[in-house]
Parts: sequence; C-alpha cells; structure tokens
Amino acid sequence: MRRGRRKDRPVLIALVCAGFMVFNFPLMLVWDQRASLFGLPMLPLMLFAIWAGLIGLLALVSERGARRDAPDGKPHVDENGSRDEGGGPR
Amino acid sequence: MIPPALVLATAFGYLLLLFAIAAFGDRRAAQGRSIIANPWIYALSWGVYCTGWTYFGSVERAVSGGVWFLPIYLGPMLAMFLAWIVVRKMVRIARTYRITSIADFIASRYGKSPLLAALVTVITVVGVLPYIALQLKAASAAYEVLAIGQGAERAAVWWADGTFYVALMLAAFSIVFGTRHLDLSERHEGLVAAVAFESAVKLIAFLAVGIFVTWGLFDGMGDLWRRAQELPELADLMRLDAQGPGSFGHTQWFAMTALAMLAVLLLPRQFQVMVVECTDENHIRRAAWLFPLYLLLINVFVLPVAVGGILIFGQGGADPETFVLALPMSQGATALALVVYIGGLSAVTGMLIVETIAIATMICNDLVMPALLRRKGFAARSSGDLTRLLLNIRRAAILFLLMLGYLYFRIAGAGHALVSIGLISFAAVAQFAPALFGGMYWRGGTRAGALAGMLGGALVWAYTLMLPSVAGAGWLPAGFLQAPFGLSFLAPEALFGLHGFDPLTHSLFWSMLVNISLYVGVSLAGAQSARDASQALLFVDVFRSTGAEPIFWRGRASIGDLRGLAVRLLGTDRAEALFRDHARETGLPADALTPDARLVDRIERQIAGAVGTASARVMVASVAQEEPLTIDDVVQILEEASQVRIYARELEEKSRKLEAATAELRALNEELKSLDQLKDDFMSSVTHELRTPLTSIRALAELMHDTPDIDPEERAEFIRIIVSESERLGRLVNQVLDLAKIEAGMAEWTSAEVDMRALAGDALRATAELFREKGALVRAHLPDEVPTVRSDADRLMQVLMNLLSNAAKFVPDTGGRVDLILRRHGNWLELRVQDNGPGVPPADRAAIFDKFRQAGEVASRPPGTGLGLPISREIVNNLGGEMWLEHQPDGGACFAFRLPIEQGGST
Repeated sequence: MRRGRRKDRPVLIALVCAGFMVFNFPLMLVWDQRASLFGLPMLPLMLFAIWAGLIGLLALVSERGARRDAPDGKPHVDENGSRDEGGGPR
Repeated sequence: MIPPALVLATAFGYLLLLFAIAAFGDRRAAQGRSIIANPWIYALSWGVYCTGWTYFGSVERAVSGGVWFLPIYLGPMLAMFLAWIVVRKMVRIARTYRITSIADFIASRYGKSPLLAALVTVITVVGVLPYIALQLKAASAAYEVLAIGQGAERAAVWWADGTFYVALMLAAFSIVFGTRHLDLSERHEGLVAAVAFESAVKLIAFLAVGIFVTWGLFDGMGDLWRRAQELPELADLMRLDAQGPGSFGHTQWFAMTALAMLAVLLLPRQFQVMVVECTDENHIRRAAWLFPLYLLLINVFVLPVAVGGILIFGQGGADPETFVLALPMSQGATALALVVYIGGLSAVTGMLIVETIAIATMICNDLVMPALLRRKGFAARSSGDLTRLLLNIRRAAILFLLMLGYLYFRIAGAGHALVSIGLISFAAVAQFAPALFGGMYWRGGTRAGALAGMLGGALVWAYTLMLPSVAGAGWLPAGFLQAPFGLSFLAPEALFGLHGFDPLTHSLFWSMLVNISLYVGVSLAGAQSARDASQALLFVDVFRSTGAEPIFWRGRASIGDLRGLAVRLLGTDRAEALFRDHARETGLPADALTPDARLVDRIERQIAGAVGTASARVMVASVAQEEPLTIDDVVQILEEASQVRIYARELEEKSRKLEAATAELRALNEELKSLDQLKDDFMSSVTHELRTPLTSIRALAELMHDTPDIDPEERAEFIRIIVSESERLGRLVNQVLDLAKIEAGMAEWTSAEVDMRALAGDALRATAELFREKGALVRAHLPDEVPTVRSDADRLMQVLMNLLSNAAKFVPDTGGRVDLILRRHGNWLELRVQDNGPGVPPADRAAIFDKFRQAGEVASRPPGTGLGLPISREIVNNLGGEMWLEHQPDGGACFAFRLPIEQGGST
C-alpha cells in the first residue's frame, strides 16, 4: 500500500511535465497545419484529443491509487484518508 | 425580444431555487447526512472556475483567435495532475490549523503575521475587482441581448443602469447565502450544494446551445468547418497564428497556461471550494480528473458556436460575447435563449457568491478585525458576543466588494473584452504563488521574504497591467503609457525597453521575476524569527506529525480569561464543548484544567476558525502573559516533542519485545506442562504394568499358603504362573531401566563391524518358535551380500527381536505371514518387517512409538509392555539411524529402520 503511494508522486509529476511539453511550443507546431482530419480542423481536434487522453491517464492513475488504498478494494474511500504522504520517515 | 419582466422573473425564480437547494444542503449537514460529501459534487463545485468569462468570453476569444481560448483550461488540466500532491497538502494544513482563507494560509505559515494577512487581502481585493466587474458586465450584456436588443445604448446615469440593480440583487443574495451563520471552520455545505448545482446547469445550458448551433442550424461540425473554409477570413482561424502570419506568440501561450495553472489553485473562490469546503481529502483523487473533464465538455462547443455565429451574423455583425444568446434569439428559439440565460446567470452568480464570500471573510478577519483589536478598549472589553459583529462586517464587505466591482465596470470595464479583464485578476493572484508554495515546501522562507516578494510583485503587476487597463478612463495624461514622466524606459507595457511581448506576458515576467527574487533573496539574507521557524516546520512537515505535535507557546494564562475569550468568539455552547473535550482528552476534571500550552493552542485554533489565525494570535496574546518565543525556545520545544516521540517509539519497541518474550514463555510453559503430564502418565502406566503381575503372583501365593492340601498338579501350575509372571515383572523392570538409561545417555554401547545379514538370520532363528506356535509363515528376503555397518550387535538384535515378536503377536491365527526384507538403499542399509495383521489404526500411528502406547482396543490386543517400540526407536536413533512405521496398502503393519553405511567401509 505504501509502496504504491510512493510511486504515484513521480508518475503524476512525470505526467505534468509531459503535459507541459505537448501543450507548448514547439510540439504544438506539429498539429498546426492547414489540414483536416475526419472533416475537422486538425489543430483543435488534436488539442482536444490530447486533452482527453491526458484526462484518461490521470483518471487511470487516480482510480488505481484509490482502489489500492481502499481496504475493501472498492475505489474511493471513506474516513481513513488521513494517512502519511509518501517519502517522509514516520 | 423577450419581455424584461419575464427575464427578470425567470432570473428571480432561479435564484429562489438556488436558495432552496442551499437551505436543503444546510439542513442535511445539520442532520449529519451531508449531500456534498462525495467526489462528484466536490468536483462539480470546482466548476465555479468557469464563470461568465468562460460562458460568454470564450466564444469571443475563439472568434478573434481560434484556439487561443484554450490555455485558460489547459493550465488547470495540468494543475490537476498535481492536485493529489499539492491540494491534498493544502487541505491537510488548512484542516489541521483551521485555516479558512488564502490570506490566512499565507499569514499563518509566516508566523501568523497580521501584516502579511492584510497585504494578501489588499492584493486580492484590488486584483479580483476586475474579475467581479467582468461578471457584472457579462450579466448586464446578457440581459441586454435578451430584453433590450443588440446594440442598444447604455443608460447614461448609474441609477438608470440595470447592471447596478443586478449587482445589488447579487449582493443581497450572497449575503443571505454566505453569512447566515458563523461557522467554526467557515464551511458552507448549502452554498457548495448550490454552486455544484449551478455548475451542472451552466454545463447543460452551454451544451444545449452548442448542440442547437451544430446540429440545429448546421449539419454537424464537419458541415460548419466546410462552410467556414469557404470564407477567406475563416480559413486560417484554426491555426496558431490566427491573428496574422507569424503572430503565434509561444511565450504568451506558455504564460497563459502557467497563469491558469496557478490561478486554479490560488483564486480565492477556488481555495474556498477546493480546500476550505473539502469534506474528505480522498475526494481529491476523483475530483482531480472529473474537473478537467468538466472543462473539456464545456469547451467542446466553443469553436462550433464561434464559427456558426460568424457564418450567420458575418464578421462584426453581432458582439461575439453574446453569440450563445444571439444565435437562438435570431432563430426565434426564445425558450432555449432563456435556458442559456439561466446558464449564464449560473456562471456569473456562482463566481460572485463564492468569490465575495471568500474575500469578505478575508476582509473581516485580516483587515477589519486587526484594526478593531488595536483600538483601545475593544480588546479589553471582556463581555459581549462577537459573532454578530463578525457577521455584520462580512455582510458589509460583500456589499462593498460588489459596489466596487460595479464602479470598476463603469470606469474601465466597458471597453475591454471579458477575457483580457479576467487575465488581469489571474496575474494578481499569481503573486501569491512563491510565498504560498514556497512556504509549503521550503522551510527557509521568512516573513520578510514573503512580504517583500508579494509587495514587489504586486506593485509591478499594478504598474504594468492594472494601470494600462484603467488608463483609458482618462485619468492619466496622454502619452503616459509610452513615456511616463518623460522617461520612455519606464513605459508600463515595455519596462526597461523589453519589447516583443504582449502586455500579459510582459507583466507576468517582470512581476514574477521581482516576486521570486525578493522572496528568495530576502529570505536567505535575513534571519528567521522563532515563530516563523516554528510555523514553517508545522506546514512543511504536516504529513509527518505523529501525535506528539510540538506546541510553540510559552507563557501563563488564566482559565477564566481563556474561557471568556472562547465564549465571546464561539458562543457559550461551543466554548463549553471545547473545554469539555479538552478535559476528556487530558483526563482531568473540567474544573481542574490547567491553562497550559495545549489548552491555549486548542483555543487559539478554534478561534482561528472564526477570525483567522493572525487575529486569533493577537486575541490570545491579549489575554495571556506570553513570553516572547526565541529560537532557543523553538529548538527546545522541538527537542521535547521529538524526545516524547522517541520515548513513545521506544515504549512501543519495548512492549513489542515484551510481547514476544511473553509468547515464548507461554510456549515453553505449555511444553513443560505437557512433559509433566507425560511423566505422570508414564508413572501411572509403569505402576499399572507392575501391579498386574504382582497381583496375580500375590493372589496365587496366598492361595497356596491358605490351602496347604492343594493338589500337587495345581500347585505346579500355580508355581509355573508365578515364575512366568515374575519373569515378566523382571523384563518390565529391565526395560524401564533400559529405556531410562538410553534416554539419559547412560547406556553402554559397544561398537563393531556388524553383518546385518547374519544378524537377521540369528533373529529369525531365535523367534522361529514364536511363529511356529502361531502357524505363521516367515519369509526372509536377504541379498547375497550387504556391507557391514559399524554398530552394536546386541542392541540391534534386541531391536530385531522386538520387531519380529511384535509381528508374531499381531499376525492372524490362520494364514499369518511375515516378511523380513533387508536391502541397501544408497548409503543406508534398510530393514523392514512386514506382517499381514490388522495394521496400526490411523488414529494411533502418530503415537505408536510413545511409551506404553499399544495399538488397538485394550481387550483385544495381545499382552505386552508397550515399551518395546520406544526402546527400539531409541536404540536405532542412538546408532545414527531412524525408525518409522509405513502404511501397508493391504492393511498390515510395516516397521522399518535404516542404519548409515560408513563411507569407505568394506563392501
């Protein structure tokens, strides 16, 4: 349980860095073309698609973590949320 | 057009509905059955991020810049990746120290500094004013489109302006909503329920108009885009440089993304719904991805509505900010237009209510209360309930804020687009970031550093962003923006000649540079005060507290004063409950409490929930004789706390060891008990076995003694029995002695080369008579040659005889069969004696080698001492081998033993 909690932090931080990369110069120029995809403009379509993908990843990490922390295996928890953050000695 | 009365009635009815929801939420909270304590409602309440700016402004931004409305929502998406790490820590800190606003949070971290709290409050008020004005502008524009019509003249005087009355109505609504009662932790369940409801309404309304435009007016998104491409001015709208070739400022994109990322955590209303109103920090996990999903959904139709609006109205044909209303209106869909209006009203009111309540709390706790406390006489007055006063101050603050927002709207707001007004506020609250996040993760930040950084950053922000935005009002001399005081390098939008940035990026760069540099620089240059250092520890290590929390307070106080203070701020009931709880936890009777640091700390925290940490600190200090806290004190208190923690850990360790030792002792005791039992059993078995032959010997001897004229044949028979029983007695005594000797290691062992083949033959010959008597067939399976073993021949003979006589005893009376098998098995010499008797019942197999344990029913088993097998096993074990019982498939018993063949021995 604790091992998993420790691992969530680097994953989340890596994801935020990746998000910053894909939503910024110069990676965005890749999609910046006067082209259509499925009959829709490429740039907004790709931005929304990447956005949705990131939400999916975040949901995956979050729900997995919640399920792991919940004692009964169900996602999302009740009162016992007040536990320690990973990393520090206790 | 829709009749104004209908519009107003709808709006009023909707506000009443909100009020009902809020009342319901509060009632359920009072019953302990919260309706907001789940991650879905929690995430929806975060949707208060989407205001009139999103609802009306995004379309305008999309019309002029394509995808440029997106960074404001991509930033929060990125921030949400860190929610589980950052927001959870904020929630934990706020919950632990009863922090109720962002000003409180920052001030509390830096030694509960009232000055810092006041500065944060002032920056917030000034910075968020444009944002409030933006909402009023959006609300009034929406009303105009519906009830007055596009392009109508704005009323020239304020008392004829509908916006003014909208502001008043919203003020009344916020007051009723947010300041009905004073809550200790400043949580408003009903408010959150209403805000979450509003979030749902605005999302549904925006999706409705999006679907209406995309599939009602056009034939889907593909159709919209096909038609847009036919217009030359729209062909390049979906590119990054939509405002002209080469116009894509990636610095601006980056700046807006980062700004939105900070704003979603730092705006007062976000802090309120995310941190203060959080019911369970585990909800953050799910809300963290539901909230970006909400943002995605509410933005999906922004581009289609923008493109549809241009296609229908033509460029410049209608104000893009009101496309969402104008499009349904132009098609006669007035019902939809009303729904959209309600959605817009939700966006506007949600923001205004939460924002003004959050800021009013800050104004009350961090500006007005400290001023009142400083006044002579106020603090000294020891009677009277302050809760009414606090509530009234907050009500006045809400009214004041909305009126100020209206003023800003009249002066500066009308000419600007909604989005650019909002960004000014984002840049203002971003000034809190270094002090707040630095304070959460860096222990070295000091009060002076935070003050300097925030003040510097805010001044640069005001000069480079706020000033130009109000310059249009004509207060400043012409040309001021290009060269203030004739100095062109001081131009607010190109400070020190820094050209090439848009005003927002330019301002953000300079203000953040100044802010962070001063914060870090001053923090490193100056010494940290004791209170600063202690609060830094409590904040940074909030997840490490282990119960033995250090309390940084030195001084003396009287119970009476503390009680008086608590009653004034919390009311009699809560104050009494507080003292009761403390008494219960410390185990002292309620009337014998000592005014120690724990009690003072507890009272201070509770008061902090009502008036803020900085004011609470001042109030507690006013009733107690405090000793100024020095760095030495902090170090000492920390040592004491860590000492306590070490003791606790040692105690835990010791009790664990003690437990282990106890368990070990208990096991040993059990073993001893069972050994003792075994000994008792052995003794009683031995005496029983001895008594049986003795009894018969004695009985026969007495019989012969009493009847001298006994028949000689009978006498001979009696004597034969007596002799036989004596022999049995002797055998038994010998066996017991034998066993005792072997077990005690006192037996004498000889050692010689033993030929097992010959030994087996001898044994068979010696027992041949026994088998003949039973009519049993004995078969010996002896290999031609076996290696000799180094062993004790007499003892082995004893074992073999025992096994064979046992077999003879158990074989059936007819058809008995016994096999003796000798064979070499690796480095072992194995000998088995198999019979076709009844075998050993499964229940007895485990105990067959125990002393006096004979298998089978007492009545049916053949006579024996019950010591043969234990002795045999002891002998084999002593000779380095082992003995066991094998289960025979056909039911007979098979006793086997093996002895090691010495390596290098003769073969």
